[in-house]
Amino acid sequence: MPTASGRRPVLVRPGRNGYMYVQDRRTGQVLSATPYGFINSSKGVDLKSGHLLPVKAKEPRMGRVVRNVCPAAPGAKDWNPSAFSPATGLIYIPHINLCMDMGTLEANYIAGTLYVGAEVKMYAGPGGHRGIFTAWDPIRRRKAFAIKEDLPLWSPALATAGGVVFYGTMDGWFKAIDARSGKLLWRFKTASGIIGQPISYRGPDGRQYIAVMSGVGGWAGAIIANQLDSRDPTSALGFVNATKDLPKRTAAGGRLHVFALPR
Amino acid sequence: MSSRFPASLVGFAAAAALLSGCDREERQSRPKPFGETVPSGDTPLEVRAAAYERNAFHISQGQRLYSWMNCVGCHAFGGGGMGPPLMDDKWRYGGRIDQIAATINEGRRNGMPSFRGRLSEDQVWQLAAFVRTLSGQTRKDAVAGRTDDVSNRPPLSQTVEETIRQEDPTPQ
Repeated sequence: MPTASGRRPVLVRPGRNGYMYVQDRRTGQVLSATPYGFINSSKGVDLKSGHLLPVKAKEPRMGRVVRNVCPAAPGAKDWNPSAFSPATGLIYIPHINLCMDMGTLEANYIAGTLYVGAEVKMYAGPGGHRGIFTAWDPIRRRKAFAIKEDLPLWSPALATAGGVVFYGTMDGWFKAIDARSGKLLWRFKTASGIIGQPISYRGPDGRQYIAVMSGVGGWAGAIIANQLDSRDPTSALGFVNATKDLPKRTAAGGRLHVFALPR
Repeated sequence: MSSRFPASLVGFAAAAALLSGCDREERQSRPKPFGETVPSGDTPLEVRAAAYERNAFHISQGQRLYSWMNCVGCHAFGGGGMGPPLMDDKWRYGGRIDQIAATINEGRRNGMPSFRGRLSEDQVWQLAAFVRTLSGQTRKDAVAGRTDDVSNRPPLSQTVEETIRQEDPTPQ
């Protein structure tokens, strides 16, 4: 990939801390780290050492609550994988826009119990939307387009050779967007929230199929999967405060949807 | 004399009309306990229950133990997480104080560890007494007004109804 220091073999990864890292894949050297989400807990990445440059005021302090820390504990993105399309050269990142208040406590190590000395409450970041789907141009180091999603995005993305990108939302919409413009091409409402990885395959009949699991859960969907109580903002390590409305928007489920693409 | 009687009546009526315009602030003197879906069984409540259940000292000790023993990690402050919520009306193994104490002592399937040997019997009961306050089962005047730790949540001495009203100002 062309970089500031000439053509380099690279690896590109969207970090949880909100930076899009471009690294030399032979040495690991960080060539660039550009924010792709809202960050106020760090100033950037030191390219010499590769270390994050934290903002002092947002560092955890024992016995104190530090407010408005962005991104929140799950990061600017959580587990859900991004997709890369060789056709457009873009990286498609389904991710979240959450900030948190974080209290730091003394943690005691007791085998079999959670070893976390934090009391956390999460909420939507700037803009009020909790999810965002970003298409990132790694060469220009800026976003090509972004789609705001009200609920956190917990489903991975799938980019196809046909110039279509698929992802799901936590209220059950399975969406197909144009890989270049981000324009919504098609959507389908499933009975439960989507946090599963969409896949594409060619069936024995030669047709292209798209499959996705619908069934809400995970950290973001714990309020439904574990039937948590939203009156306590710290439920599910503070995630419930940001997903209080989820039980009104979708229900528990578990269904595999397979769609045949037009010939 | 005859003219004073009607005058005082008029005065009384005016006062009554004025008073009806004032709404007294409504407060609940104690939280409304939630019903329990799990029957508490035929066994009579242990005699120790009364000593712990409404005792402010034991409840506040239990509150500290709740944080110290990492109950918070899985159950949060009653809303749950990896573990089930403790502030609602669902109890898999019973919501009576002696049943909660048994759960803490024995541990339960799917992740609840046994705290026997880590806590004294006295501490287990203090912890169980505090767990009961999360679902508003205990008198408000026995519950601590604030916690020892940093806190993101309303004090437990508030009723759950008051908590909801605070967050959502629109009338129900």
